[in-house]
Amino acid sequence: MGFSTPIAITMTNCASIEPILSTENLRVEYAALSGSAGNSREPKVALKGLSLSVYRGEVFGFLGPNGAGKTTTMNVLLGFTSATSGKASLFGTDVRQPISRQRIGYLPELTYYYKFLTAEELLRFYAKIFNIPKAQREERIRQVLHRVDLEHAARRPIRTYSKGMQQRIGIAQALINDPDLLILDEPTSGLDPVGRMEVRHLIQRLKQEGKTVFFSSHELGEVETVCDRVGILAQGELKALGPVQELLAPGERSLEQAFLRIIGYQAQEETLCKKSPLSLAS
Amino acid sequence: MQKISAVAGVVILEMIRRKDVYVLFFLTALITLVLGSVDLFGDAKIARYLKEVCLTLMWMSSVIIAVFTAARQIPVERESRTLFPLLAKPITRSEVMLGKFLGCWLACCISLAAFYLLFALISGIREQHWPLANYFQAFWLHCLFSGIVVALTLLGSVWFTAVSSNATIVLSCVVGMLLLGRHLHKVAVKAGGIAGHFLDGLYFSLPHLEWFDVRDLIIHNWPRMDWTIVGQDTLYACAYAGCFLALACWRFRRQPIH
Ligand SMILES: Nc1ncnc2c1ncn2[C@@H]1O[C@H](COP(=O)(O)OP(=O)(O)O)[C@@H](O)[C@H]1O
Ligand SMILES: [Mg+2]
Repeated sequence: MGFSTPIAITMTNCASIEPILSTENLRVEYAALSGSAGNSREPKVALKGLSLSVYRGEVFGFLGPNGAGKTTTMNVLLGFTSATSGKASLFGTDVRQPISRQRIGYLPELTYYYKFLTAEELLRFYAKIFNIPKAQREERIRQVLHRVDLEHAARRPIRTYSKGMQQRIGIAQALINDPDLLILDEPTSGLDPVGRMEVRHLIQRLKQEGKTVFFSSHELGEVETVCDRVGILAQGELKALGPVQELLAPGERSLEQAFLRIIGYQAQEETLCKKSPLSLAS
Repeated sequence: MQKISAVAGVVILEMIRRKDVYVLFFLTALITLVLGSVDLFGDAKIARYLKEVCLTLMWMSSVIIAVFTAARQIPVERESRTLFPLLAKPITRSEVMLGKFLGCWLACCISLAAFYLLFALISGIREQHWPLANYFQAFWLHCLFSGIVVALTLLGSVWFTAVSSNATIVLSCVVGMLLLGRHLHKVAVKAGGIAGHFLDGLYFSLPHLEWFDVRDLIIHNWPRMDWTIVGQDTLYACAYAGCFLALACWRFRRQPIH
């Protein structure tokens, strides 16, 4: 409940403010793979008319089961894939223009960075891509390395990093340009509990600094504690949108219960329950 | 420009830190050294022959270096998913492509400079003859040649998905053009008819890579070429490399990345 007041303020302000991130009737179809099993020739529809807006200062949790289309949405926002139809923009600029990416930081779902570079060299490379002036570059690199606690490994090749460290260098590169909007694709997946908690704290601190965070996740417990609003996506359609408290139906206590109901899992859950006595008996 | 040079810098750093290029480089250098140090009765003909072997070797390894460094750039970035964080930055795909080109080409030029330096040193010491202009002309044309090959390979790398098939195709095209390019016209005249027109079309549209091969200039200690010819060759190479790169950028821009 602690979140309800600030959200109310954000929401009332929204009406007049331009969204930082927005999609309008976004549809994405992937061409059917010729070699794939099955005889379906029609394209695979990953997003079916997604409309979404994220406003300044918000932490927005983008939820959905695997294959719902979360990564696809981000791929469109970043210009990796082009939408079949519909519009997408960042800071009011169409995502097809590279300049729309000047003020964002992006953490991909699964990534390996250039293994032969050191953390420092990698960040310097990205800083150059952002046209960060030479005078500020080294200071900025030092700051982000400090922030993700990798100063001790700054001069080591990324090849020698553990998985947790790789994720942290990923976060560091997402922060190198001091972005206003962060797009994080499952930032906690594959991390241990400590790593997950660190990411959660990071998101909270980014929010305190006034940054906007758009992230996808399966970790519903975390989403509940850090998000101002969530959107629940299933099979390429937005099934629910709003602050966590508003998504809970009467009697539901956690986001997980609401999530399962919204994506239509209940029926299967019941069948599982019916089956369970059998499986217990056998 | 800073973005392009940043991408190029990473290409060169990778080339320096990977070991496989060194193997080829040292092998060629070693053979050059060995051949340079044997003195078979001071026979000028044999000396010329040895020089030719060395230079041919240099040509072969330069083609291999150019094709294999350029062929892996984009596919490896795609496969190891380093392309995602890069393209999520305010950089266009054309800038990435141009950076890759610049990096590969500079890497080729650096290794060529080392080759030619070594070669000039050894043969200069043996013959007490330092035709620096000749060396420079041969080196520069060789660099131009590498530029065309790198651009062609990058184009192939956004067309064919597998690195190995791209490398094989480009390698055979380059060797084919080097060896057969100058004869195509003669063959076309002989063949006549539609086949003749087709071959003539190839003759006039494909880049004449053999024009960049001026090994004879060094082997026979011929007088240096007219600088205007070098200038024309430079323009010629720029035109072809530019066309290949423009096509590569065009193709790369339209490809979905996933
Ligand atoms: N490159 C692709 N080609 C074909 N289908 C794809 C491709 N990428 C994703 N898909 C399909 O699109 C749907 C959405 O995928 P994705 O956006 O990755 O889901 P999420 O990130 O929510 O788990 C899935 O059904 C997936 O199989
Ligand atoms: Mg995903």
